[in-house]
Order: sequence, then structure tokens, then C-alpha cells
Amino acid sequence: MKITELFERGEFVVSAEVGPPKGFHVEGLLEEAKTYLSGVAAVNVTDNQSSVMRLGSLAMCKALKDEGLTPIFQLACRDRNRIALESDLLSAAMFGIENILCLTGDHTKLGDHPQAKPVFDLDSVSLLHAVTKLEEGEDLGGNKLVGEPPKFAKGAVVSPCSDSVDAQLAKMERKVAAGAEYFQTQAVFEPEKFIKFMEKAKQFGKPVQVGIIIPKSAGMVRFMNNNVAGIHVPDEMIEELKKDPEKTKAGITGVEIAARIIKECKPYCQGVHIMALGWESKVPELLKAAGI
Amino acid sequence: MLITELKAREAIASLTDGKKVFIINCEGCKEVHFPEKEARELGKELAAEGKLTGCITTDYICNPENMQLRLKDHMGEIEAADVVLVLSCGVGVQTIAGYLEDKPVYAACDTYPLPGFQGVTPLEYECDQCGECWLNLTGGICPITACSKSLVNGQCGGSKNGMCEVDNEMECGWERIYRRLAQLGRLDLLKCPTQVRNFATDEEVSK
Repeated sequence: MKITELFERGEFVVSAEVGPPKGFHVEGLLEEAKTYLSGVAAVNVTDNQSSVMRLGSLAMCKALKDEGLTPIFQLACRDRNRIALESDLLSAAMFGIENILCLTGDHTKLGDHPQAKPVFDLDSVSLLHAVTKLEEGEDLGGNKLVGEPPKFAKGAVVSPCSDSVDAQLAKMERKVAAGAEYFQTQAVFEPEKFIKFMEKAKQFGKPVQVGIIIPKSAGMVRFMNNNVAGIHVPDEMIEELKKDPEKTKAGITGVEIAARIIKECKPYCQGVHIMALGWESKVPELLKAAGI
Repeated sequence: MLITELKAREAIASLTDGKKVFIINCEGCKEVHFPEKEARELGKELAAEGKLTGCITTDYICNPENMQLRLKDHMGEIEAADVVLVLSCGVGVQTIAGYLEDKPVYAACDTYPLPGFQGVTPLEYECDQCGECWLNLTGGICPITACSKSLVNGQCGGSKNGMCEVDNEMECGWERIYRRLAQLGRLDLLKCPTQVRNFATDEEVSK
């Protein structure tokens, strides 16, 4: 099922995210996904997230699909040139994977193979353009595909709380022009910034899912503040996490904060995308607390 | 060695259409092949159309002091022009664009590499000699060398406090480009069609 069909029906679309393991044993991850994520509309599979080498997104998407979940195949431009990306898109179509998310990808220097060659032959925009062309029956080299062309629900990302929000909006517009049909955002901890962003982003007429990370500890959010682009966790929230260490450790504080952010953002967007970062088990209670 | 080759006439016409133009030819270092004949023809054509406010042919515009000295006597003609068209390698265009901050400065050439000595490029501006000069879309700041990922379709999500995700002492190239385009009133350039890089250096393949 294409996630775009749900937006068209006016549903508030919930997706979550899993990161494949650094190894090929996926039984645990599949079990977790089936147990905790069967209630969400779709599950993103990250593509060597943060430039850390892991099992492939495409293979994990196939495994999730076989278990009855709806995967979103993330493709980053860091590790593959246009030939490999287009080829993987055709492979995804063969597996019946219908949802994709196109990203530029973090630089190789940020990950666990800083010696690797950063590819960036395409970027998020030109990758979306390539997908659109494939859907029209032609590859980027101008060569015709054999048989019926693939059709994907084409997603992209945007960073609404970035300190360069105008440049982000300009990029978002280019992604729409290149074929993006829905957006998932970087994690939001400042709903007022997100709401302001949405006032400007709604002109593009594409559904936006607000990105949510469940904050695990004061240390984690401080790390994000110092190191993760587009994320700023306000001081009051850090205090809230510090107040009752046991409650925070149990995930209760984090779920409360995340649920509050979802509730505040919900009237302004078309869905939510949860990046649980290992806390997949908290997703059902988060959705319940957020009233979804 | 490097080759500067005049862009297609249609590409140049789209930059100068309905505009007054000042031309800077850089016959620069010995290591650069410069399109002398084509440059002369272009200057003549623009003059015949009454578009040319002035033209200088000089050397080493990549050296800011030298460049400012050469431009000094022509500032009136530059003021009178809507755009400054620079025929040089990418370093020259970026040096001029950095100096004439409020004036649209356009590259009339693409720069290709040739084996051998690469000439004198004395400053922080870099030209990757990619053969498809982007400076006209980016306000004279090169996205290939100013962006760690050499992105040509805008900023990635990795900049924090305006700095690059790879090097927190390096300003995000697209942040600089966005600011320059805003200053020039040319944010519309960000709405250009999707750009796809061409890595075919063999001219037969690249065309």
C-alpha cells in the first residue's frame, strides 16, 4: 500500500522507523517490529544511518514486507552512484516495495568508515528526479525501461527547526518540483518553530509528517543539541528529564514530552513519524498518550 | 594546464538578455587556454547591440589586489552595467563576485582540467575545473568547492549554526549561497530546474 493513498483519504498518518543491525540476524528486529509497530501505517528502514555500515535497507524492507508490514525504503546518495540507486529502485519495485524516502545522506566522515569515498553523484533532489523519470519509463541516461515502469510513493525530508529554515524551505520547494509527494521532518522539540514552518510550507500542498524522537535522558538531548543538525531541545525540557531520574529512565518522562509535542503539532500537519532509536517498545504507549 | 571554454551562446544570451553588460576577459596565467577569438566576437556582438558599457582584458584577476587595481578605472562603466560577465576560470569569477558584492557577476566560461601545472591560484577561492560552471546559479559562490558534498540543488540538512556537518569551522556553502542570492535579489535562481551533475569529462560524451 502506498502511504500517499492514506494522505489522500485525509488520514493522520503514523509511521515509525527501524535501523537494521550491524550483522545479518534480523529475527529480533522483525519480532520487535511485529509486536510494537503493527499499529503504524508504515515503517521506514534507514539506509546506513549516520554513515554507520549496517545491513541493507532494501533487504530489511523485503523482510518486513514478508511479515505483513508496509516498509518505506530509505535511499541515501552517499554510498551509491546513479546506476546503483536506479538499479536498487527497480529491485524494490520487483519486491513490491511501494514507498520510498529520498535523502542526500550524512557525510562519510561522520560515520564509522570515515576513510570511505563519499559518493553524492546525485543528491536528494536529483534522486527524486531520477525516480520520476523511471516512473515515466526512462532512466537518467535517457534509456527506455523494458515493460511497465515502476510507481512509488515518493517521500523526502525537511528540517523545520533548522537555523537555516529559509534555505530548507527553498530546498523543499525543489524537492516538490522534482516529484516529492510527502515529507517527513527532522525531530521536532520546539512545536512553535514547527508551526511557523508549516505556515510557510503549506503553500507546497504536500503532506508533512512531524518527526518525533522520544527523549531518553538529559545526556541524550544535550548530545543532540551539540551534535545533531536541526535539533534543539529547550532547557525546560532538559530540566523535566532531569527532575525524576527513575521516571525518565523508565521512559515515562520521554513519552510524556513526545506526546505533548505531537498534540501541539497535530493540527498543523498530516501525520507523525516516530524515530524511536531503540525504544520501539514505547511506540504504542506514545501513540495512546498522544491520543492517536 | 586548464582550458576555459566559452559557454554555449544561448546560455550566455540568457544571462545578458535585455541587460547592460561589462566584460572582464582574463588572459591570466600561461597555463590557461583562453578563448581569445570567441571572446573578441562576443564583445563585438554585445557592443553592436548597444549593450556593452565597457570591457577590459587583463591578467590574474584571481589576485584581489591586482584585480581591484585593474577595475579601479572602470568602476563607472561597471556601475552602469546590470551584469558583469567574466571570461576566466572559476577562481577569477569568484574573486570578482566576492569584490562586486551587489552586482550580478556571471561566468561566461566553463573550466576543464588538462594534465600538468595548474597555474597560479593564489587565494581561498577554489575552482574544481568541473567543466560545467555553476557560478551563474549560485551568486558566484562555487557549490562544488564550498559544499562538502558538492551539492548542486541546495542545502542539505546537515548544517548546524550555519556551519558544515563535516567541519564546524567551515561555513555551510549553501548558507553563503542563499545569503548572496538574497542580497542580489535573485532567490528565484533556487527555483531553477533540477540539476544533475555530468561527470563525463570526455567532451564527446558530455555533449
